[in-house]
Amino acid sequence: MLHNKTIAELSADLHAGEYSSEHLTRAFLARIEQFNPQLNALVTVTAEQALADARVADARLKTGTAGPLTGIPLVQKDIFCTKGVKTSCGSRMLDNFIAPYDATTVAKLKDAGMVMVGKANMDEFAMGSSNETSFYGPVKNPWDTAAVPGGSSGGSAAAVAARLAPVATGTDTGGSIRQPAALCGITGIKPTYGRVSRYGMIAFASSLDQGGPMARTAEDCALVLGAMAGFDERDSTSVDMPVPDYRATLNDSIQGLKIGLPKEYFGEGLDAQVAQVIDDAIKQYRALGAEVVEISLPNTQLAVPTYYVVAPAECSSNLSRFDGVRFGYRCENPHDLLDLYKRSRGEGFGSEVKRRIMIGTYALSAGYYDAYYIKAQQLRRLISDDFIQAFKQVDVIMGPTSPTVAFNIGEKVADPVTMYLSDIYTIAVNLAGLPGMSIPAGFVGKRPVGLQLIGNYFAEARLLNVAHKYQQATDWHQRIPEGFK
Amino acid sequence: MALNKSDVEKIAHLARLEINEADIPLYANNLTNILSFVEQMSAVDTTGVEPMAHPLAASQRLRPDTITETNQRELFQSIAPQVEAGLYLVPKVIE
Repeated sequence: MLHNKTIAELSADLHAGEYSSEHLTRAFLARIEQFNPQLNALVTVTAEQALADARVADARLKTGTAGPLTGIPLVQKDIFCTKGVKTSCGSRMLDNFIAPYDATTVAKLKDAGMVMVGKANMDEFAMGSSNETSFYGPVKNPWDTAAVPGGSSGGSAAAVAARLAPVATGTDTGGSIRQPAALCGITGIKPTYGRVSRYGMIAFASSLDQGGPMARTAEDCALVLGAMAGFDERDSTSVDMPVPDYRATLNDSIQGLKIGLPKEYFGEGLDAQVAQVIDDAIKQYRALGAEVVEISLPNTQLAVPTYYVVAPAECSSNLSRFDGVRFGYRCENPHDLLDLYKRSRGEGFGSEVKRRIMIGTYALSAGYYDAYYIKAQQLRRLISDDFIQAFKQVDVIMGPTSPTVAFNIGEKVADPVTMYLSDIYTIAVNLAGLPGMSIPAGFVGKRPVGLQLIGNYFAEARLLNVAHKYQQATDWHQRIPEGFK
Repeated sequence: MALNKSDVEKIAHLARLEINEADIPLYANNLTNILSFVEQMSAVDTTGVEPMAHPLAASQRLRPDTITETNQRELFQSIAPQVEAGLYLVPKVIE
């Protein structure tokens, strides 16, 4: 079945002329038509443009100007601006927004010949861990439709898990690639801050946001990350450093690899059955020749509180651009300018976004700035220093991606703080700016468990290599949710 | 730190957000919970710790002062709620 093949396999078939990109694209579009109504993973399907792009890819394949991604279908998270296509960011505020330009990563994947079949549902402005804050309604987890897919890149994760596309893009501000990847049983990588351009990626918290691929295997993530990454003069925080060939080092030996297990990631709050799955995965790594040592990240407990000052502060500033004047939602019959601002924003944003804007506004306001914002930045330094110390001893840090498997839709919506704590193991990585991954490592009942891998700055190649070796020895990443085979 | 109704109204005004009267108690409750949760930060002594604004210790890159962008006013205004003669329209500000 075409939809169960990896990008690497599909690419080989396309280059060998086994079938065309148009044929492949039609196959995925048919699956989207069949399964998306029950999952709500995509908010826009771009069938016509996809078929046109597929025919262009077929021409490139014939003339020998195609690369490894040419003709491969792709889903873009609806946070990435796509020229001429609605870019909603999961919000009523941008429900009418047709992006006038392409995000850099969108343009790069287009240039590589990838075929966008649609745009993925997401938590509103990427603020959420369950995809329940979307203006377009929740996404269902393909492994169990009573469960959330995680968030904020929940639509991307569900689309890949249900084989609606071989790969999707995601963004990760506090775990938004890794946590949904874990909860949907797929592979996702959040690169080092600055590795992938943020130009045209709608900003939530600018010092934390980073885009990356979500696919079924580390090899596929390596292929797509290679095309997404790189310097962009349009992003002032983009890092000017060459992009390695991530695929070339996938099979490097991990004999003697030093894995650090932070004791704080295995304490109170971690579900016992999830802990068991993670233990088994670590055993597998030992069997592959890795050494395991216990380490400490002593400020782990402070990561979530610190994040919930830093991220809202940055979001309150970033989202001030949505004012009902130049683009996006505008309220009916504003009676003056203040009313226009207040009602456009009050009606255009959902409640989680409003909460975070208000927390940020409060934390940045006169009299509170030092106690909240400066304090949080100081703690951010301590959290970051913990990792710098740890990477003097170990090559990779591992642990659970999420303390539990996917929870039920509706289970945590009433209590924001409980929802925030579902990102306890992922958030510190964003504060430090490090690369992190989640790979499928097993199940609790029907619901998948993700193993998190954290690397040193710009060690994406090493993370992908370490993930790939595990996937060569296990088959968790090949499991297919019942009903989507 | 418990926020009351007038705190929420003040913050909402600073953030230019209209909040329905009926929703204010819920926001007050949620925001109070979030603030008491982040309050844990104050237990740590951070004297002398340099605040970290950004993960990469990089300074802003400079570029030559040359024109690189073309004027796309019509394209950008085609998605605006209300424009006239190349200008964005808002309710009258000055009587």
